[in-house]
Amino acid sequence: MSLAVQNVYTIAKREMGGYFSSPVAYVFIVIFLLLAGFFTFKVSGFFAANEASLSPFFVWHCWLYLFLVPAVGMRLWSEERRLGTIELLLTMPVTGWQAILGKFLASWIFLGLALALTFPMIVTVNYLGDPDNGVILCSYVGSFLMAGAYLAVSCLTSAITRSQVVSFILSLVVCLFLVLVGWPPLNEMLSQWLSPAMVSAVSSISVMTHFAQFQRGIIDSSDIIFFLGLIFFCLFTTNVVIRSHRAG
Amino acid sequence: MIKIENLVKFFGPKKAVDDISFTVSKGEVLGFLGPNGAGKSTTMRMITGFIPPDSGRVQVGEFDMLNDPIRAKQLLGYLPENAPLYADMSVYGFLSFAAELRGLRGAARKKAVQEAIETCFLEPVAHQTVDTLSKGYKHRACFAQSIIHDPDYLILDEPTDGLDPNQKHEVRSLIRNMGRRKAIIFSTHILEEVLEVCTRAIIIDRGHIVANGSPNELKAMHPNFGSVRLNVYGVAEGDVRGKLNTLSQVERVEVIKSTSEQVKVRVYPKDKKDESFPTLVADLVTKSGWKFDELSMDKGRLDEVFRGITLPDTVKKSSKEGPVVTVNV
Repeated sequence: MSLAVQNVYTIAKREMGGYFSSPVAYVFIVIFLLLAGFFTFKVSGFFAANEASLSPFFVWHCWLYLFLVPAVGMRLWSEERRLGTIELLLTMPVTGWQAILGKFLASWIFLGLALALTFPMIVTVNYLGDPDNGVILCSYVGSFLMAGAYLAVSCLTSAITRSQVVSFILSLVVCLFLVLVGWPPLNEMLSQWLSPAMVSAVSSISVMTHFAQFQRGIIDSSDIIFFLGLIFFCLFTTNVVIRSHRAG
Repeated sequence: MIKIENLVKFFGPKKAVDDISFTVSKGEVLGFLGPNGAGKSTTMRMITGFIPPDSGRVQVGEFDMLNDPIRAKQLLGYLPENAPLYADMSVYGFLSFAAELRGLRGAARKKAVQEAIETCFLEPVAHQTVDTLSKGYKHRACFAQSIIHDPDYLILDEPTDGLDPNQKHEVRSLIRNMGRRKAIIFSTHILEEVLEVCTRAIIIDRGHIVANGSPNELKAMHPNFGSVRLNVYGVAEGDVRGKLNTLSQVERVEVIKSTSEQVKVRVYPKDKKDESFPTLVADLVTKSGWKFDELSMDKGRLDEVFRGITLPDTVKKSSKEGPVVTVNV
């Protein structure tokens, strides 16, 4: 068991080193922070709302991640396949799961780091007013889980193709679908043709619906299970895809 | 011991590897030869557990690659074709990573990395990023990763590809030295390499093993192996033929060139392995008082044997130079 953990750790460490040895990581973090600030203050009108809450900040996350997370995840496996290093990695005494988990965790921690760097938002809102910090913490947990779900989708699409661009686009389309099915305007449109039960069934597969619960300060096990289940499903499928590539 | 039994692999409808079996023991260096697309890399990928075979078994040491892949892989070192590397890492960082995955930690890891760097002459570039390296250094960095844990079994897919002649020489002597303790399988296109390094060679063609033996045994498959070339002057062709045929060891005499002053013949022995045959012919020539300027035994040429075995049948028929070899494996 400890050997498995060691292997996951070694692979994750290498992957993480890969992010920071190139400017990609820094560029990503700066863009993420700039966009998050821009949408919160300019588009949502944080100050004009005159409310001690970070909801104008979190409400953008499912849209921001749509572009930024696939950018982080697109190279995970497509790069390994393009360079041929997948042959090196998978002929080492590691299992496919250890490799997938190591790479996934490294990227997820990286996204967590970018998210953590938005802490000045918490400072600001606490300085200006008296927000419910429990809700803020809940929203951060939800945002992190949602980033993980997007990342798992990117991980899967990057295993499907050698091309990072194709991987990025595929991942964006799938994530967009996962957002849109829970997007209120679309749900209203659907309700013209479908029964309310069906509309809620459709929107229940949306990351938006589940993230909304966290934003209200509710940590429901069903939402956690949704995100973790989505992550598990995507990583499991990644393993199947990689296996089938190897089998020819 | 690496034991391969009845390996079969299909890519779509094409049978890339068709029922290949062989074993390699410690102390053996097995050269894996074959034209491009013969199934060399596919076979090696199946041995190292990268791709699963459609049927057949791979046993590494006492472990089965399909049922116990982790333990089987622990015993193996593998240099994939084209020597892939993580472009953004330093050579030292890459080797540390490989050592860690091989279960080496702390001081043992540092020592292993240092040794691999020394063995593969990587000191000048140890702290350079991989994508700044020349092809030769890249190749050696990947080679270093395959020997970092001092494995009992080494699988090397074209280890000298892309190296300059000096580096080729270094890598060959490295393989030869390591081959005394390890079981090594390496693939190559270069036939001299086989003669220089291998204790045994296997030639595969279109997924089949077409020859398996020591380099000398393979050379002996040449149709002219053991025959004697003779070039005499001032004797009639009929006389030469007649005299030579009096020797009981002679199977047949083939005239290559015959003019009024010169007769060039090739004499085939009944027993190809009879090493005294050239002496017998020489005795006859001196006894008969013929003038001659050539009398040599043909030792066979590996490249011609290789061509004879692996050329497609259609080319074989139309090719006038390539000898046609029939082989019993």
